[in-house]
Amino acid sequence: MGDIVSVVVWVLLLSGAFFLVTGSLGMVRLPDVFTRMHAAGMVDTMGAGLTLAGLCVYSLHDGANLVAVRLVLVLAFLWFTSPIATHAVAKAALSGGTTPYTVRGAEAGGEVDDRTGAAPEAARKAPGDGERGGGDTR
Amino acid sequence: MKHAPWLWAILFALWLVLSWHFTPLFLFFGVVTCSVAVFVAMRMAIVDGESLPVHLVWRAATYVPWLVWEIFKSNVRVARIILSPRIRVDPSIVHFRASQRTDLGRFIYANSITLTPGTVTTGIVGDDFEVHAIVQEEIDGTEENVMNRRVARLEGEVA
Repeated sequence: MGDIVSVVVWVLLLSGAFFLVTGSLGMVRLPDVFTRMHAAGMVDTMGAGLTLAGLCVYSLHDGANLVAVRLVLVLAFLWFTSPIATHAVAKAALSGGTTPYTVRGAEAGGEVDDRTGAAPEAARKAPGDGERGGGDTR
Repeated sequence: MKHAPWLWAILFALWLVLSWHFTPLFLFFGVVTCSVAVFVAMRMAIVDGESLPVHLVWRAATYVPWLVWEIFKSNVRVARIILSPRIRVDPSIVHFRASQRTDLGRFIYANSITLTPGTVTTGIVGDDFEVHAIVQEEIDGTEENVMNRRVARLEGEVA
């Protein structure tokens, strides 16, 4: 019995760690602030979720107890608040004038600005992408 | 104002779960804290069915597991994008109309979209949703429509 629980705990913790690492990798590899938000969302949802689920199972190991309930509460609060934070970041980026990265824009203009995460100048002038106002942030 | 006792009960249950001390002193602190919190919330006039959707709890019992499963599936899809040797993203911002009737329903729908990786709600004006998707398939498919219908059903007939 104890062995099965250990295996379940390990599987949950390791798959949680997998999503945490993959999400972090996505923060580096993806081209702009908006696509990176999706990677951050992975960390918030499955990374934290599977890790907390693993801890939950571990704490239930020696009978029902409060730790499991508190861990579920942690996850509930996290899942309620993180979309609002993500939304705030997206909203701030858009009203700051960041043009979302698009394939067409990248073909027109090459690299993304690494420092600001903004799409390149040429991409901003790509046809059809110019309707969002806000202007240049610099 | 039938929501105020609910709010108080939920807050006090939370207090008990988090403290788990049953000495008179701590119970007294809990009662005072919850009462002050409910009082402040009532003064702000935010205690209503929108901030405390107790009427949705039963239907949420089927919605939440479905949402968790959707979150898992889209996590796997986004992980595949990130881990592929060459990043192939095709992000776009899509506008579409949501069919929820209340602000609460729209709030739940918007947060559900943002919670599933691959799609983020960037703005809502009326029932017009503006959603950023990491690849076209995340938004073009039927998934969001299914979610739209599910949230509309969750919201039900309550105004």
